[in-house]
Parts: sequence; structure tokens; C-alpha cells
Amino acid sequence: MSLPLSPQDWFDLFAHFAFLSLMGIGGAITTAPEMHRYLVTEKNWLTDSSFSSSIALAQSAPGPNVLFIALMGWQVGINAGGGLSAGAPAWWLGLLGVVLTMLGIMLPSSILTYKATKWAHVNRDLTSVQAFKSGMAPIVIGLLVSTGWLLSAAHRDFSQDWKIWLVTAVAAGVMLRTSIHMMWLIAAGGILGAAGLL
Amino acid sequence: MSSEAQESRHPQSKTELFMVFTFLALQGFGGVLTVVQRELVERRKWMTKVQFVEEWSVAQVMPGPNVVNLCLMIGGKYFGVAGALAAVGGLICGPLVLVLGLAILFGGVADNAVAQGALKGMGAVAAGLVIATGLKLGTSLPKNPMGLWTAIPFAVISFACVGIFRWPLPWVLLGLGSLACLIAYRALKQLPSRLDAKTSPDQEAS
Repeated sequence: MSLPLSPQDWFDLFAHFAFLSLMGIGGAITTAPEMHRYLVTEKNWLTDSSFSSSIALAQSAPGPNVLFIALMGWQVGINAGGGLSAGAPAWWLGLLGVVLTMLGIMLPSSILTYKATKWAHVNRDLTSVQAFKSGMAPIVIGLLVSTGWLLSAAHRDFSQDWKIWLVTAVAAGVMLRTSIHMMWLIAAGGILGAAGLL
Repeated sequence: MSSEAQESRHPQSKTELFMVFTFLALQGFGGVLTVVQRELVERRKWMTKVQFVEEWSVAQVMPGPNVVNLCLMIGGKYFGVAGALAAVGGLICGPLVLVLGLAILFGGVADNAVAQGALKGMGAVAAGLVIATGLKLGTSLPKNPMGLWTAIPFAVISFACVGIFRWPLPWVLLGLGSLACLIAYRALKQLPSRLDAKTSPDQEAS
């Protein structure tokens, strides 16, 4: 798949992610369906499989989940340059894609968050600011538990998936009770899974 | 001012901030938030649990990537815009190089069965770590001005709305959030003295 992108296209790519940056309450991944519609269905800049493998690859590597967007930008650029084998020109376009998508998804929300935090700090003695922080605390704690819950509840069939749930429960227990380094737990889970035991 | 003096530790420079966040990000398989909580609250003691939950509330309510928001807020607290850039730069740069390297070397490997299995196992552990982090942060709720017995139902209901009923997050934040903020507002107004309310977070930090 090789389709050169015009400067207008590159701008649209940036602008679309900048728009999603402000839409994504609860994290960038919540806007993934819209990204799919835009990049795969509407513009044909990405194939369906490279869209999903961007998400899978970013999840398998360390770092913030938002990096799946960098991989999508990379893939769009590489495709525009005629594929990895086309050499340097494609690589530069890949990097351009990374920079534009990442700046797009981060810049608007970051500026907004920075301004809001600054405002809240200046007005930290206002009852309303304190009420926001105290009121939201239990809610975001509940949400955090639900995030973990949803990650494991993607597996629904108890007779098949009880081993996965067991791993999740043991990991939670060990994390609560000990201060063992989390990398060991993740590595243990990875080994169990790679051995086909889950 | 007084809270600054009482804070037990904080980063000395923007370079340290960048290095710490690089280090955190490179450990973050299946999400960075759990690592940030453990390193910055439990190990380095840059902030208390209560402060961490406060920062996370804002990061969660604002649009955009949550962990990016959180890191820029933490960096910005110490060194302004430069600190925010240092923290987010640390969070993004190392992992970005790594993930692009992986994409170039093993573009298709994510599809093979062993890699899929490993991913499944790592995901199951990561889910447990996120749940544990939530429960740990829950131990900060007794300090909430609403009182423990108001705070716990809010935590449970927000879990149920999103985790069980799968309601869209923005509506839960807006609906349940405004109700909780209103109750917290009334609770704070009823405190005997506003001055007491102001000094208490500093005492927790000590």
C-alpha cells in the first residue's frame, strides 16, 4: 500500500488527533474507535490489521499506552513513503507521522491540563477547589479498580478463564502484601502465558 | 509555603525528573500508573497518597492521555513548564524509541501464538496490579472530609457504573462527580474553622 500524502493530508492527520485529544476524557484509548473510523475506513491510510497490531505492540512494550498512537503515525508515514523497504524517505515520513500524531494527541490536552492545574493551585484555598479534589477522590479510586476489573473481565467464560482470573487475583494480593518489584510479577505472567498455561 | 518545607523529599533538578520518569516508564508494562504510584508515593515519598489521588482526579477529568496529564502536573509542580516538559519527555522518549525499534524488527510478531500468550499473561497480571493500586489508594479515604462512610459508597457506585454496567465514563464523572463534589463542598463548609481545613493536608504530609 503506497499512497503519497499531500501537505494538506499531513495537516489533517495532525488536526484530527488534536481534536481527539480534547475528546478523550478517560484516556486516549477511549477514542480508538473514532481513530479506526478515520484512519482505516475513511482515509484508507492504515489497514485494519496494522491498526490492531499497533495497539497490540504498544501494549506488549513498556511505557504509556498512548504510544499506540505513535505506532499508527509511524505506519501511516511508512505507507505514504512506499513501505519499510523504500529506505530513508519512508523512514523520515514515518518519523513525521510519529511527531504529528503524538503532538496532536498530547498538545491540546496538555496545555489545557497545565492551565487548569495552575489555576487550581492559585485558588487552592477556595472551598470549591478543595471540594472538587475531595469529592472526586473516591470516584477515581472506584474507577481505577474498575479499570483493572474490565481488563480481566474481558475473559468471561469461567470454565476456561479461571486461570487468568486466578493470576489477576494472585498478582493483586502479592502487590498488596509485599513490596516485590512489579517487573517480576509481569515477567511471571508473561512466562505462564507464553508457555500456553493460561 | 509551609507545605514545601514539610515535604520530605522532592526532585532536585529537571534532569533528575527526566531520568526518574524515563525509569518509571520503562518499567511500565501494561500501564505506567501503578509504577508511578509505587515509586513516587511509596519509595521516593515525593507525595502522600492523598496528594496522589488529588492529582490523579484532575488528570482523569481532563481530556487527553491520563498518565501524560499526571506526569506533566507532577513535573509542573516542581519546575513549571520546563519541569512538565522534562517529566513528559522522560515518560515518552525512552519507550517511544523502544516501541519503534520493536515495530521495525518484529512488525508481525505480535500476531504469533507465543507472543499472544505472553501478552495475555502479562495483561492478567497488569489487571491485578491496577486493582491493587486502587485498593491501596482507597486506604486514604478515611482522611476524606466527606467522611469514610460517604466516601466508600461513592467509590463502590463508581466502580459498579463503569465496571459492571459499562456506562460511559464521561457521564459517570459528570453525574456522580458533581454529586460527590457538592457533598464534599457542604462538608468542607461545615468544618468548624476553614483554617483547620487548610492546614490539615500539610499535617498529613509530615
